[in-house]
Amino acid sequence: MTETGNVWREHGLTEEEYGKIRALMGREPNYLELSLFGVMWSEHCSYKNSKAQLRKFPVTGPQVVQGPGENAGVVRLDESIKLCAAFKMESHNHPSAIEPYQGAATGVGGIIRDIFAMGARPVASLDSLRFGELRFGEAGAQRVKSLFGGVVAGVGGYGNCIGIPTVGGETVFHPSYRGNPLVNAMCVGLVDEDKIFKGQASGTGNVVMVVGARTGRDGIKGASFASEELSDSDPDKRPNVQVGDPFMEKLLLEASLEVLEKGLVVGLQDLGAAGLTSSGAEMAGRAGNGLYIDLDRIPMRESGMEPWEIMLSESQERMLMVVEPPKTGAVRAVFEKWDLAAAEIGEVTSDGLFTIRKGADVLASVPAEFLTGMAPVNVRPYAEPAYFQALQKADFSALENYGKDRGGWTGLLKKLLASPNIASKRWVYEQYDSTVGTNTVVRPGSDAAVLRLPGTRKGMALSVDCNSRYVYLNPRRGGAIAVAEAARNVAASGAKPLAITNCLNFGNPEKPEVYWQFVQATDGMAEACGAFSTPVTGGNVSFYNEYDGRAIYPTPTIGMVGVLDDAEDRVTSAFKAEGDLVVLVGETLEELGASEAHFLLTGRDEGEVPVLDFEREKRLHSFLAEAAKRRLLASAHDCSEGGLSVALAESAIQGNLGAALDWTDGVSPAAALFGESQSRAVVSVSPDKWEETKALLEKHGLPCTPLGRTEGIKKNFGEKKFSVRLGGELLIECALDELARLWNGAIEEALK
Amino acid sequence: MGKNMRAAVVVFPDSNGDRDAKRALGTLGIGARFVWHKESSIEDVDLIVLPGGFSFGDYLRTGAIARYSPVMREVVRQAGRGTRILGICNGFQILTEAGLLPGVLLRNRDLLFLGRDVWLRVENNATPFTNAYAKGQVIRLPIAHGDGNYFIDDEGYKRLEGEGRIVLRYCLPDGMAPNGVAPNGAKGDIAGIVGEKGNVLGLMPHPERMTEPILGGCDGRGIFDSLIADLLSGAAGC
Repeated sequence: MTETGNVWREHGLTEEEYGKIRALMGREPNYLELSLFGVMWSEHCSYKNSKAQLRKFPVTGPQVVQGPGENAGVVRLDESIKLCAAFKMESHNHPSAIEPYQGAATGVGGIIRDIFAMGARPVASLDSLRFGELRFGEAGAQRVKSLFGGVVAGVGGYGNCIGIPTVGGETVFHPSYRGNPLVNAMCVGLVDEDKIFKGQASGTGNVVMVVGARTGRDGIKGASFASEELSDSDPDKRPNVQVGDPFMEKLLLEASLEVLEKGLVVGLQDLGAAGLTSSGAEMAGRAGNGLYIDLDRIPMRESGMEPWEIMLSESQERMLMVVEPPKTGAVRAVFEKWDLAAAEIGEVTSDGLFTIRKGADVLASVPAEFLTGMAPVNVRPYAEPAYFQALQKADFSALENYGKDRGGWTGLLKKLLASPNIASKRWVYEQYDSTVGTNTVVRPGSDAAVLRLPGTRKGMALSVDCNSRYVYLNPRRGGAIAVAEAARNVAASGAKPLAITNCLNFGNPEKPEVYWQFVQATDGMAEACGAFSTPVTGGNVSFYNEYDGRAIYPTPTIGMVGVLDDAEDRVTSAFKAEGDLVVLVGETLEELGASEAHFLLTGRDEGEVPVLDFEREKRLHSFLAEAAKRRLLASAHDCSEGGLSVALAESAIQGNLGAALDWTDGVSPAAALFGESQSRAVVSVSPDKWEETKALLEKHGLPCTPLGRTEGIKKNFGEKKFSVRLGGELLIECALDELARLWNGAIEEALK
Repeated sequence: MGKNMRAAVVVFPDSNGDRDAKRALGTLGIGARFVWHKESSIEDVDLIVLPGGFSFGDYLRTGAIARYSPVMREVVRQAGRGTRILGICNGFQILTEAGLLPGVLLRNRDLLFLGRDVWLRVENNATPFTNAYAKGQVIRLPIAHGDGNYFIDDEGYKRLEGEGRIVLRYCLPDGMAPNGVAPNGAKGDIAGIVGEKGNVLGLMPHPERMTEPILGGCDGRGIFDSLIADLLSGAAGC
């Protein structure tokens, strides 16, 4: 009996949970049944530790067609042609730590399936990646480099092959991710509003089919693996990592969209974490029905698999479909055309039970609702960690005195541009196909990617963002800033921010200080989403991101979708023409806390996170979108990590134009150049459009500071120059080509 | 203009540039139809496009399995009777595997996938695919491939050069092509070649992705404009 066996532990359950299961079932569950509970009640599938906090998020709005709970969220992009975007982001952190290429590849594959399970054709992917520093001593540096190289190759290997452009993302290097990298993949698809599919097993007597790849032993218990901390013994976990086959997925994608288009399918669900168990139980649970699966009818890749292994296998590139009996032949015919297996493995029932059979034998029978809806909802104890107050105060003298002590500010700008976090991510995104599909109208490297949309003039802007240093130092404000920055990036590209998905990457929630970070960060996100009217339509929680007991920085990655009335109105961050006015929109405060520059000089993350005024931030978004629509801006660039000097240098480098800048404001040179005050953007404007732009800024109540002009080759300098004066005093002066070389080549240099 | 042209775009399992090719042809007024790789004949056609992608997952070797698809026998037959055949990226790889073009496409020199714009010089504009360009014209097109490192033995290379069959070369923005400028390591910086009769073009860059200003440029239109002009001139069927 249970007292001696501790059977629950083997399935990752607590004694308390085991007791609850026995009470619900009214009997002793058998081994297979307990396996089902084990994965379905894991953090990864049940969100038991996060659910209570996620309820804080605003999830509705006129633009929302599908909120959280389905395979992906859906927002409306165009009212008149009923065009919608289905989008979602997911993590694949632990598999990528063990096997970077396959971990990242299957992360991309999984999120793509979530999108076409909604009936949407995937049109774009983005990725948010975090690793340890590229240089921190020999042995560790090699591991980071191989993780980084492997993950980037894996993301590209899968997305390129299947032909979905990877259009944007972010890559961050920080010591907190040394042992536990983050790999978050977002996918976006397009679907007509009246053709959205749901993962529901409706219609008693309908046939349950599994289509695509055969089932093997790969990735068994991956969901449970995702719900544990990492440690040095992890190479043993390699069998927990799935292996991806993008070719198979491409066929599965085309075949699935074909059967949906032909109206042959009632419900569709991807087989992701916890494989047949979660897909079957969730489809039944959503429809309030039951279903049975006969293990003898599942196409297998290998023989001799135990029932629990079959039910928990995470073999990739499989989907579950519910089909009316007369249509199964037509479904099989489509899959045969694509040389794919399609097998009838069970039936929808009215008894509410999720039943596993082997021929005539019933091996397990559990009410689907127990698996999907009855997992405990925990509000964990939480407590403000000691570091929080301690790190609010900091000594910024190294940064403040840099200009005086180190022979001018030019050196610091160069140092920042050549640091992997600020440097161009060209080395990453040039390994991705960003133009397949011929919809990409702003490619990677600008603030947000923009896609044109078929059948309308509209465009869609996409961005993923998080500054986890801010979140660590002030989770509530940092969570809000993550949303603000994602919205700002979308707005800088000319779009109105619509809605978000997210990937909440945190440490072990059983630690009160980690749970405090989670509660605070989600509070901040909820407030920001409310303030910007960008509801949350779905997402993913990834806890237990720890290595040898140390948690990563709290990293709630935000994936934002925005819409432009006309894709031709898109704006990029590159300066466009000689003689354009360069203007700072927003206001710089004396804020050096939590800055990239301070970290670069001292190796310390500390100080007060920049303040965020929701109201002003929102006005900035409205201004940027309206200015784009009126074609006033030659360029627009969000001012973020590295501060104003970095934003200016990036716009200059990208546009291959020099700049002569001279302004005064009331803050110290360090804060003016490298502080990270929020709600700011650098825009360039053709002189003949300045009056109109100024009027628009006034209308939106936004302060602005003209900084100077863009310029071409300087006659007495012989080449293009980037120079910054504050109140007439020359602080930064450098040949543009030199800045460009540093910024463009830093990552390759660091990989040598 | 292109209304009279009849085009077919072959779809292999994991072609992923098939829709892009059809769409680009459409913007020039050329109606195109998809042909599934299991079909064995392509009737009434002036142009056959083998699109980009990863046919059969690039397993074994790029293009190596696609070349055995039933449709390829028909492509070879059509090539023999002068139908224009355009192989883009994976299509180029398939054409070399099928023996319609000489040489082979190896892994990129640095073993990394390359997704970026490149500059190309039109080396020969006296082909059905390039007559709309000036000789020596420099154009910009995207590449997106892991296996674009064109290789051929020295004898074959001399022959290609001597017969003017090197149609596109990678170059610098100013048109200079110092040896080794090809980002993928291609021999002689070759980006595109034609077959012996001039009616089969294989190229690694993607002209179909650069046919509208909103996509970043129109330099790819020349390929399709050339085909239309070529058809109108009645030169088809050599």
